[in-house]
Amino acid sequence: MSPDNYVYLAAILFTIGTVGVMTRRNALVAFMSVELMLNAANLVMVAFALARGNLDGQIATFFVMVVAAAEVVVGLSIIITIYRTRRSTSVDAASLLKL
Amino acid sequence: MIPLVTGAEVTFWIVAPLMVLGALGLLFFRKAVYAALSMAFVMVNLAVLYASLNAMFLTFVQIIVYTGAIMMLFLFVLMLVGVDTPDSIVETLRGQRWSAGLAGLGLLGLIVFGIGGALAGGPQVGLDDANAVHGGNVESLAALIFGRYVFIFELTSALLITAAVGAMVLGQHARVRPKPTQREMARQRMVDYAASGLHPGTLPNSGVIARHNSIATPALLPDGTISEASVSPALTSRGVILDSPALSRATAEAFAAIEGVKAEEDEE
Repeated sequence: MSPDNYVYLAAILFTIGTVGVMTRRNALVAFMSVELMLNAANLVMVAFALARGNLDGQIATFFVMVVAAAEVVVGLSIIITIYRTRRSTSVDAASLLKL
Repeated sequence: MIPLVTGAEVTFWIVAPLMVLGALGLLFFRKAVYAALSMAFVMVNLAVLYASLNAMFLTFVQIIVYTGAIMMLFLFVLMLVGVDTPDSIVETLRGQRWSAGLAGLGLLGLIVFGIGGALAGGPQVGLDDANAVHGGNVESLAALIFGRYVFIFELTSALLITAAVGAMVLGQHARVRPKPTQREMARQRMVDYAASGLHPGTLPNSGVIARHNSIATPALLPDGTISEASVSPALTSRGVILDSPALSRATAEAFAAIEGVKAEEDEE
């Protein structure tokens, strides 16, 4: 099966993730949307690894997963730190840098 | 020519709509927990797609790392920050939702027609040869990770340690002022008593009324009003405290009725 369909599916998922980041107010949901975008990119890499007969795509996906795990750990602790001081996870609440 | 329907295609057409539905749940569920669960659903489906794409190692890494660790971490944090806070639907920027949707459509078009169009076609090789070199998918991946990509692999370990230390630093909160000792707290209570007449002793019990003695029952003062200090402020703000005067009035009425009957019997 050609990777085209996988590319289109990943494009849809990536777009949904992007719109999620742009519209959702809850920092956690926005963060999950970022994860969705990472997963969409992973899907393309795995699909092309199969189509081109090359395992490098799968390796790249593996490294993306590792980086995502590290990113989630730090991101969630930042969200908790903000929640502790502001009592809110809304991305609009943290506006101290706004002029 | 007979149209060849492979297992991968069947899997794709079953799993892909489910994935899109789950991803849309991330956009449209008001509650963050539902969004997290639909995200976990998307990730499990993605693992199924990996399996159909000859990536058995990634299938299990996806389930263990993403669905097992990352999404559960999200759920833990949701539990910490409170699951009951729905997303506010007030738009702080006017028309943001529509423009975000338009931008999303534009991005979709860009990816599908730009990148997708450029990548369409090309050779279909399959992974059988690449996997056969070292005897299997996991073995071939291991040969790559510990061969060509070993330096990147070592770097990721540094990254993970940095992330763990960073999370620890962010997670602990430094004390702004030293923790008061018992002696200091006792002195502070006496200072408060001298300054504002605040009672220095323990707070009053919750009320014990004939049929109610829960902590949500306020105690009654001698003049029949309730004592605010006898119930937790959390219960008061939640609005679950009972109406003690009414409860004690019911008891008083029951007693009065009994006394009335007794009085009538005595008269007879």
